Amino acid sequence: MTILIIQILNSLFYASVLFLIAAGLSLIFGVMRIVNMAHGTFYAVGAFVTAWLVGRAIALGVPAGWTFLLIPVGAGAVGLLGVVIEPLLRPFYRRAEEYQLLVTFGLLLILEDVIRLLWGGLPLSADPVMDVLPSIRIGGLIYPGYNLVVIAIGAAAAVGLWAVIYRTKFGVMLRATSQDRRMASALGLNVGLIYVSAFAIGCFMAGLGGAIIVPSQAAVLGMGIEALILAFVVVVIGGLGSLQGALVGALIVSFVRTAGIQFFPEIELAVLYLIAAVVLLFKPTGLFGTA
Amino acid sequence: MTATAVSHAQYRPKLLLFAAAAVVLVLLALLPPYIGLYQTQLLIYGLIAAIAALGFNLLLGYTGLLSFGHSAFFGVGAYSVAFLLRDAGIHSMELYILIGLPIAAVISALFGYICVRHTRIFFGILTLALSQVLWTLAYKFFWVTGGSDGLRVARPTLLAGTLTFTGGGSFQRFINAYYYYVLGVFAICVVIMWVIVHSPFGKALQAIRDNETRAAFLGLRISRFRWVSFLISGTFTGLAGILWVPLNGLTTPEVMYWPFSGEIVFMTLLGGFRNFTGPIVGGVLFTYLKTYAIATTEYWQLLLGVVLVLLVMLLPTGIVGAISAVAGKLRPREKSS
Repeated sequence: MTILIIQILNSLFYASVLFLIAAGLSLIFGVMRIVNMAHGTFYAVGAFVTAWLVGRAIALGVPAGWTFLLIPVGAGAVGLLGVVIEPLLRPFYRRAEEYQLLVTFGLLLILEDVIRLLWGGLPLSADPVMDVLPSIRIGGLIYPGYNLVVIAIGAAAAVGLWAVIYRTKFGVMLRATSQDRRMASALGLNVGLIYVSAFAIGCFMAGLGGAIIVPSQAAVLGMGIEALILAFVVVVIGGLGSLQGALVGALIVSFVRTAGIQFFPEIELAVLYLIAAVVLLFKPTGLFGTA
Repeated sequence: MTATAVSHAQYRPKLLLFAAAAVVLVLLALLPPYIGLYQTQLLIYGLIAAIAALGFNLLLGYTGLLSFGHSAFFGVGAYSVAFLLRDAGIHSMELYILIGLPIAAVISALFGYICVRHTRIFFGILTLALSQVLWTLAYKFFWVTGGSDGLRVARPTLLAGTLTFTGGGSFQRFINAYYYYVLGVFAICVVIMWVIVHSPFGKALQAIRDNETRAAFLGLRISRFRWVSFLISGTFTGLAGILWVPLNGLTTPEVMYWPFSGEIVFMTLLGGFRNFTGPIVGGVLFTYLKTYAIATTEYWQLLLGVVLVLLVMLLPTGIVGAISAVAGKLRPREKSS
């Protein structure tokens, strides 16, 4: 029973991070109709920036408790990176999908090496943040309290994003642009500004995913490439461009994966890709997709 | 314009093209003594990449489907050879090809059967997901596949055992012999692909690519054509994997990982996917580009990424496309006739 509770918590922990990445990917696709292959790398950038900042702060003698504040800073840095990169992508919006995929693939190659250039090839960790929070006892076992914080952040992000998209004026503008870009533009919306905002929010979420996972897992090279594929699996299951889809997809992937690691470790990833393939086959738009 | 004039106009450039291809082939055959062992070895890698890209382009350039999972077929070819050597003790390159090709074809047929139900972005994601199933199997079932260590493959015998490579100086002899072997297979592949894309079947693929609805009205069974195209495409890329592994001496799950699929897309775009020769030029050029990028800088991925972005921005039709566009402008008289 205790094992079950811990595995459920692990799944939720993992789902929170995965949801942040996949929701960003889905948001960018929903508004801009671009499948961003570099999205996983933004997640990796978030992890590296946060780990680096935490390391600096500790070295400067900042109390470990304050380093929590560096998590939003790390995520914000990735959001800013998005603001810088979106204008560079503009010439490609009118081009065929193939070219958009290739440009973002090129962006992935560039960013992966920029990470290596800035932080080298060694794993970068931010354990002090995790050690601040006490471990809790579940049954007879010890569970890190930090993981519960991550789950809370994931849940808050889901609610927050939902509120922004469905309950604010900006959300209405976002959805209008998503449905018909030219009509939105004709009605006087500043589509360029909405694109920048959507891309930046998407990047921020990916960066937040990286920032909250780095205290419990070190940032390593290639983490973005791995995450991108899992985020693809999530959005394929849930539906590209759908927020609910990203949430349900992230939960499905996390629970299957946790069960997989417990019961069938060899084919754990293969099962995920197969689920994605089966969903694409029978419901190409995903469980919640409309596109 | 009369019918004879049309056939003449079509006939002459074709003849020229065959002559040019023959000249290129002869030049390639004469090359090794002049360029040395290392360059010869590099050129073999280039030719193999060209075969992979040639197959890939049947799908992208002629059928209009962007696959992001062709690494799977390359990997299937490579691992088939490794298994044939380890579990069946086969050393003959011809047997590798004869047994490996049907395996690659079966996997391509299976993947294709699933993937051609979709087009555009969903096709890309589906091929990606399926190729990653194979990657994770190769990665996780280490007692079968060697896991991340991969499997070693010894130098095979060529031409039904008449050429063997053991003892002193065998590496040099292997590279020199294997160059001509791969060149021969490459030439056969180019001819087969040329025939395919200029056959009624190839024309039907292009019709489907340009206008699916009209093609359907003409009575073409669209998904059947796409499936066959996928099968041929995957099998060609599988053949490239078969040829690659004895040269590399080792196969690891990396050849199935999706960034390698990205590289195949990259080389095709580099040459130009709207031309028959584009992927061939792209495959060879990419091999050199990557090798020299790795040799020059630790940050070769960055270099390749910048090249890719610039390519999409400035040369969307690739190098061959740009050259033929320039050539077309220099010859206005022939165009107007």
